[in-house]
Amino acid sequence: MAKMTLEQLRKLREEKKQDMTRREVEGKEIQVIVGMGTCGIAAGAKLTFDAVVDAVNAAGMGDQVIIRQTGCMGLCYVEPTVEVVAPGMPTVIYGKMTQDVVKELVEKHLVQRKLLQNHIFDRPAADV
Amino acid sequence: MHYCLGDYVLDITQNAVEARSGEVVVDLVESTESFRVCVGDNGRGMTADEKARALDPFYTDGTKHAKRKVGLGLPFLVQAIELAGGSWEIESAKGTGTRVEFAFPAASVDSPPTGDIPSLLLCLLCLPGDHEMIVRRKGPRGSYELKRSELSEAVGGLERGSSLALLKDYLVSLEGDD
Repeated sequence: MAKMTLEQLRKLREEKKQDMTRREVEGKEIQVIVGMGTCGIAAGAKLTFDAVVDAVNAAGMGDQVIIRQTGCMGLCYVEPTVEVVAPGMPTVIYGKMTQDVVKELVEKHLVQRKLLQNHIFDRPAADV
Repeated sequence: MHYCLGDYVLDITQNAVEARSGEVVVDLVESTESFRVCVGDNGRGMTADEKARALDPFYTDGTKHAKRKVGLGLPFLVQAIELAGGSWEIESAKGTGTRVEFAFPAASVDSPPTGDIPSLLLCLLCLPGDHEMIVRRKGPRGSYELKRSELSEAVGGLERGSSLALLKDYLVSLEGDD
């Protein structure tokens, strides 16, 4: 891939904006929050974050999903952790969310609106 | 211990952002001899005593996690550097800021792999907060400088999935083959 300039990046954004039909997403946004404390980073959270960006966009949900980082969620033993806040669904903290599981998370929770049972660790216990 | 060099950079930069910094400057210089990193911030800074204690894995200032007894970011880094025969230096002044500088020798088998640079840059630029961040990169494909505010404006913010995909494409292009 040739090096892109900042101007080309701005132009690309404008093109993409024209290409897509923007849905009304106000108040309907899904948040995917990746735990990026030292424990998360050691378990591969950087790759998880990257995989979330890829999977969300591959599912055509780039405009509806906010992707954020946060610190340790208090579940160091099941890092990488990912919290998903979706309207009309329970807020869930998933554990062991390595990059290879992210596609399944997006497909199930974000697209099919079903929970990924084997990875649910609920809300964290009181911080240790 | 972290898997790759980029993980150490992210961990230390996160500390800088969380120190209530208005500006964070990250230098990543990769050559055939070494991978040198400098993370500077204008945040809270540390006293000499706090700086010494920050290297103790069984110390944390308790601001992030009230009941936690460990703080592993800097101790992990120092342990990895010393294993690899690299160098490190921390300068800090209370109320002024902190500068963490370190280098891993490329020839050492104990130096961690570099890791994916676009993925690192994406995470660095998207660390939450309203700070400015400047990343100066000098690597095998040449040099470039990234300014967080400029990129945020160009892609329409640093949180929405579609904006992050654009930013990622841009970062990959900077490290690409051409």
